[in-house]
Amino acid sequence: MAILDKKTIEHVALLARLELSEEEKELFASQLGNILNYIEKLKELDTSRVEPMAYATATKNVFREDTPGPSLKLEEALKNAPDKLQDFFKVLKVIE
Amino acid sequence: MQYETVIGLETHAELLTETKLFCGCLNRFGAPPNTLVCPVCLGLPGVLPVMNKKGFEMALKATLALHCRVNQFTTFDRKNYYYPDLPKNYQISQNYLNLGVDGYLEIKYDGQEKRIRVHNVHLEEEAGKLIHTEEPGADYSLVDFNRAGVPLLEIVTYPDMRSLEEAEAYMNTLRNVLLYTEVSDCKMQEGSLRFEASISLRPTGQEKLGNRVEIKNLNSMKAVLKALEYETGRQRESLEGGGVVAMETRLWDELRERTERMRTKEEAHDYRYFPEPDLAPVVIKDQWLEELSATLPELPLARRNRFVTELGLSDYDAGVLAEDKAVADYFERCVSHYESPKVVCNWVTNDVLRELKERRLEIKDFPVGPEMLVELIKLVETGAVSMPVARGVFVEMVDTKKKAPQLVQERGLLQISDSAELEGIIQAILTENPNALTDYKKGKKTAFTFLVGQIMRKTKGKANPQMVNELLKQKLEAS
Repeated sequence: MAILDKKTIEHVALLARLELSEEEKELFASQLGNILNYIEKLKELDTSRVEPMAYATATKNVFREDTPGPSLKLEEALKNAPDKLQDFFKVLKVIE
Repeated sequence: MQYETVIGLETHAELLTETKLFCGCLNRFGAPPNTLVCPVCLGLPGVLPVMNKKGFEMALKATLALHCRVNQFTTFDRKNYYYPDLPKNYQISQNYLNLGVDGYLEIKYDGQEKRIRVHNVHLEEEAGKLIHTEEPGADYSLVDFNRAGVPLLEIVTYPDMRSLEEAEAYMNTLRNVLLYTEVSDCKMQEGSLRFEASISLRPTGQEKLGNRVEIKNLNSMKAVLKALEYETGRQRESLEGGGVVAMETRLWDELRERTERMRTKEEAHDYRYFPEPDLAPVVIKDQWLEELSATLPELPLARRNRFVTELGLSDYDAGVLAEDKAVADYFERCVSHYESPKVVCNWVTNDVLRELKERRLEIKDFPVGPEMLVELIKLVETGAVSMPVARGVFVEMVDTKKKAPQLVQERGLLQISDSAELEGIIQAILTENPNALTDYKKGKKTAFTFLVGQIMRKTKGKANPQMVNELLKQKLEAS
């Protein structure tokens, strides 16, 4: 039984940059818990002799040649930016 | 108590492809901001990455040069985190099946060779560049995504280095290997080669490693060494005072020359790696590996050792020559035309390297090619010109791109090796400097040197030095 506590929900919400109300935290804890329980069922299978799947199809070695393709014009590149300044994307100040 | 320093290094090297790793935008430094971007590297919805074959092969080449075991089934993973320089909110990297594992780099320090083990080598994409404005009180930063998606190779060592000197030797040797294999231009000032260090101290003789500190924001090799030196002192002080070194990431403050604790949230390090569903795995067959191995050049340390054993150079000279592949190639081309490697080595390490440095030239743009240099060296060997004159001729060759014999003829610089002519000159000098003759008779040896200097001055360096020595001695003894 996977039980999700409030702390885990808050951690996952932070990673996903989601702001949750107290009610939502409780609701999602139970809903996500149920989903995880359902997935837990897979653990009943013995996969000890199965290679982990790396890719959904058998495709492999897909390459492109190292030749230039078109880039966007500056105006186009910045067109959908929520905020910009001169030739740059503008973001909230980053402090380390 | 005595402490032992334990150092590990992480290196990021941008690969020298024409285009980015997953799209056709140019991989160029210094273009106007946000002009080398497209929907793929900007992470716009619905786009798919396609691997640049050249970039992948360059990474593989470096992996082989570092003696790694290649994962012949290699995959890519998403490293998830939010940062404004990362447009997709994840970086395509490798976590589970890295391109190469368990390699080593051989370094030489203080005459001793040592293997620094490489934990893994993997391929990933660069992030964009954040620009922090100088404007006081500004609440924003700016982003240039030209660099986003540039192929980046990460090389992680085991904590195998035991001193600053070993760390320095590792950085220099690794840089040379990347330059030799032509996978990166390694320009630290442009950020195409970057280091992060981890360092811990433990009582000498103790097996268990001490608490490790990671240092970031190291913009030059000098900064790496300064930061490691500072950290060694800080950690030793803490341990000697009975304290414990905190496991943490610290930032190097270039101005204050100290490290400072990085303020981060614990959660920031939960990268939730998972397989990249948009990139197919790469299967590397033996034949591909063999083909790439065949393109690997002789590596710097092997070349340095060969210069010592086969060409009889000193280890120091061999190291200077082998450090730069182009210089070593130049030297070897000279040697193929002239049988004395030692003589060529003196010319290259003194005169050629000096002119390159003074004129800020790359050897590929150097006007005096190997054949031209050998021509000049042969003029000295046959006695046509004296060594001091040859040195001057060399500088003129760099200035004018003219060949040595032509310059010597134009300027009348042929060495004077005619005894009658030299004797006349010596006599004239002795007449002009009677005091020197008296001094010499009194046993003052410097008078001899003075007279030789006067003769050389009079002949503008053209007098054959051995003959001047002999003839002058005879003359002085006889008078």
